Amino acid sequence: MRHDLAVEATGLEKSYGRVRVLAGVDLGVARGSVFGLLGPNGAGKTTAVRILATLIRADAGQARVAGLDVVADRRRVRRHISLTGQFAAVDELQTGQENLRMLGRLAGLSGRRARHRAVELLERFDLAKAGHRRVATWSGGMRRRLDLAASLVGHPSVVFLDEPTTGLDPRSRQAVWREVAGLASSGVTVFLTTQYLEEADRLADRIAVLDGGRVVADGTSAQLKRQVAGQRLDLVLADTSAFEDVAGRLGGRAVQPDRDRLTVAVATDGSAAQVRALLDEVDPARRAVDRFAVHSATLDDVFLALTGRPAPPPDLDDERDDEHEKEPAHV
Amino acid sequence: MSDNGPAGSWTGPAPTGAALPIPALAALAQWPVMAGRSLRLTRRNLEAILTSLLLPVLLLLLFVYLFGGAIQTGTRYVTYVVPGVLLLSAAFGASMTAVSVTGDMTGGIMDRFRSMDVAGASVLAGHVAASMVRNLAATVLVFGVAFAIGFRPSAGPLDWLAAAGVLLLFILAISWLSAAFGLLARSPEAAGGFTFLVSFLPYPSSAFVPVETMPAWLHGVAENQPVTPVIETLRGLLLGLPMGTSPVRAVAWCLGILVASVAVSGVLFRLRTA
Repeated sequence: MRHDLAVEATGLEKSYGRVRVLAGVDLGVARGSVFGLLGPNGAGKTTAVRILATLIRADAGQARVAGLDVVADRRRVRRHISLTGQFAAVDELQTGQENLRMLGRLAGLSGRRARHRAVELLERFDLAKAGHRRVATWSGGMRRRLDLAASLVGHPSVVFLDEPTTGLDPRSRQAVWREVAGLASSGVTVFLTTQYLEEADRLADRIAVLDGGRVVADGTSAQLKRQVAGQRLDLVLADTSAFEDVAGRLGGRAVQPDRDRLTVAVATDGSAAQVRALLDEVDPARRAVDRFAVHSATLDDVFLALTGRPAPPPDLDDERDDEHEKEPAHV
Repeated sequence: MSDNGPAGSWTGPAPTGAALPIPALAALAQWPVMAGRSLRLTRRNLEAILTSLLLPVLLLLLFVYLFGGAIQTGTRYVTYVVPGVLLLSAAFGASMTAVSVTGDMTGGIMDRFRSMDVAGASVLAGHVAASMVRNLAATVLVFGVAFAIGFRPSAGPLDWLAAAGVLLLFILAISWLSAAFGLLARSPEAAGGFTFLVSFLPYPSSAFVPVETMPAWLHGVAENQPVTPVIETLRGLLLGLPMGTSPVRAVAWCLGILVASVAVSGVLFRLRTA
């Protein structure tokens, strides 16, 4: 057991029926840091969070949160954590104030302190004006912010956020990002899951990529990017036949080929010699490549390299499928 | 801001010595908060208010004025039918608990409650408490309308008290039974089906017509189902009629249903949240 870790998991396994959702997951999250568990839908992110937040038990493996075992010391762990799941966990028929006050009372605050805490959190999350209206009348972004506020009522030291911005418009997403960054700066450990590379890149001090129930990579965003390839050579081609020609020569090395936009990329170390050699190789006649650019790899490249799939585009926002099921009994 | 920092921070080894509240006491402390929540939710659900208050009154008027003329019970029909309508509305109103419980189980809020170490029992008991209040209001309303249209019970103060006690026990039992069904159902719609089923239970009983007027094969069902002794007890207490063993059977049924439902709810809650 390491005392500098807020979350520590070793060999977590979980199956539903024949489907192996987690196949031996190891995680370590430093106290006071923001940790991003990144993965596509169905990777097992929600299952991992639910195990760490004491809601379900792993079939095998161990986990400690705030230094406490999530099974044996389940109830003590719950005094240190909060969980905000993908479904808004607030009552629509109650006002924002009433929701927060109720949660404050449940967290053991006196009536007066619960009321103060509610007012204070509504102000902090820029919801004071709407505080007396029923949540049913609120926008999706406001509800999500209330959800975040709700997760802080009991002064948790570890905050679990399961896909905090899924389904939000870009403006609300920015607002949530600001709040998460603020949380981190106040010393709380944040454990968030996301399908968005940009989100992990922006918020997380460390990222673990989960795919098929396994951690396929972990490190800082910069480390992950280095791990894949230092640089990327983007090519813009003259026409369709040039595209076919170049893509054919690159074969499996082609990254994100786009026939309509006549673009394709390839990994490189960024040295002039290699870029020159690559250009000569794919375009010996010096007619196919119109323009080129070399830049640092993005997390998209990492994702592609690690999972063999491109990252999901952000417009898949509203899909609430597979993983979101609480109990995948249908599998 | 004074409290951005985590209050419950830990240093070094796990604080195994820290006192945890005893689960039953914690549940008891949380219960009023949950009951307050359930009541607020009920009060703001217009549909639920209309059905739980208006439907019993409409049923009373329906039975007395539309069917009543054709039914011979030996007394004025309004006198005969009021206990039946009370029971029907109690069964119906209490069974709406199932829908609220399923709503909580299928939404995200139960995860939040559980991750805060809120006891499942206090969430369910909160819904049951709201059900009691809601049905008490409906009962008072039905009595009021019944008086207005000529219901004249002959009960003394003690009889009234006993009648109220039996009715409350029945509502309590059906509310917990509904909570158990609410845990079983996978969607609020499915839970609504249970409400439908329970509100049919009073029909094959002595609630609206004497059992002797039913086909012989139904007598066994009608005489031995839980609703009949409860109705006979209410009728006996309010109208001063002989009750025989009805009170004992009524209380036994209600307590039996209550104890079984609470036990089954406990098991189901653990299963559904495993």
